[in-house]
Amino acid sequence: MLKRILAIIAILIIGYWLAQGLANVPFGQDKMLVGKYYLEHVKDQTGAVNAVTAVVVNYRGFDTLGEVTVLFIASTGVGALLWRKKRKRTAKTEGSVVLTTGSKLLFPFIMLFGMYIFIHGHLTPGGGFPGGATIATAFLLMYMAFTIYEIPHKEFEVTEGFAGMGYVLVGLLGLAIGGYFLFDWIWQTWHLGTSNIGRLFSGGFIPIIYTIIGIKVGTELSGIIDNMLKEEVKE
Amino acid sequence: MISAYYFGAIALVLIGLYAVLVKKNLLKILIGLSIMETGVNLLLISIGYVSGRSAPILSEGITASKAVDPIPQALVLTAIVIGVATTAMALSVAIILYEKYGTLNIEEIRRLRG
Repeated sequence: MLKRILAIIAILIIGYWLAQGLANVPFGQDKMLVGKYYLEHVKDQTGAVNAVTAVVVNYRGFDTLGEVTVLFIASTGVGALLWRKKRKRTAKTEGSVVLTTGSKLLFPFIMLFGMYIFIHGHLTPGGGFPGGATIATAFLLMYMAFTIYEIPHKEFEVTEGFAGMGYVLVGLLGLAIGGYFLFDWIWQTWHLGTSNIGRLFSGGFIPIIYTIIGIKVGTELSGIIDNMLKEEVKE
Repeated sequence: MISAYYFGAIALVLIGLYAVLVKKNLLKILIGLSIMETGVNLLLISIGYVSGRSAPILSEGITASKAVDPIPQALVLTAIVIGVATTAMALSVAIILYEKYGTLNIEEIRRLRG
């Protein structure tokens, strides 16, 4: 009891301190410095309509590379922590017929929507990470509905690795063509799609990188789900 | 007076911190960490808000002067993914701890007592 009261007092002090710090940050006013530059130049510099994805992939591409690396390390770490010689799915409760048939029918729709999200990252809200997460939910649905369902591990891991290498390769091509890593060579050297901003074939290398990221995130999160749903079996 | 969004974000961070400080069950601590993370993301997003403006997708009718700050949204996109990654790692550590010790109570897991 004493511990809880002490914790509450400490938390109230921290909360008051944080509120004091935020009291001088006005809510809802224009505080943009760099953001204004991004908003004004995003169309001619990157060809993307969605400013957020342009910032994530183009202006601050290194952040995204680090983020992809963190996710890759997490998926590798989960695999290493839960590594056993013999692991199998031990789920025993069969789903009802409505559940299994429904998930079978829903699976292609969710996959299609996930792909739509990451291909249209430069035009609509979303991008590689939400699209990849949507694809992983499709696999989670199959795992939950069927007791024997398993993703093909070998293929998934190879795809994941190749997608990660593809991202670095696109960046290295930029280094070779334009002089720095993650240089947007499709937009700035080839001028591909300059006349149709706001349509699918525009946006420089954002759709390409987001397709790569979407595939990578989808396979990675599916791998994490697969690792967590398996248990050790005695031989 | 502090804005409701800032207040909610700080409240979420503090609720998460309370769970981390007080709770004994490892899963509850992880839930607290996730709540804290949500609070931080909400705070970042609400700092970038400009009242009366729409999402920074420059389609028809939305020009650069009618969009909110895109940078906090890009930051939060990164932060969410990193949060998911750390949560996945922590959950697999929790699975291993339960297999080893047969309990998730942090006071009964003897080696953590130090």
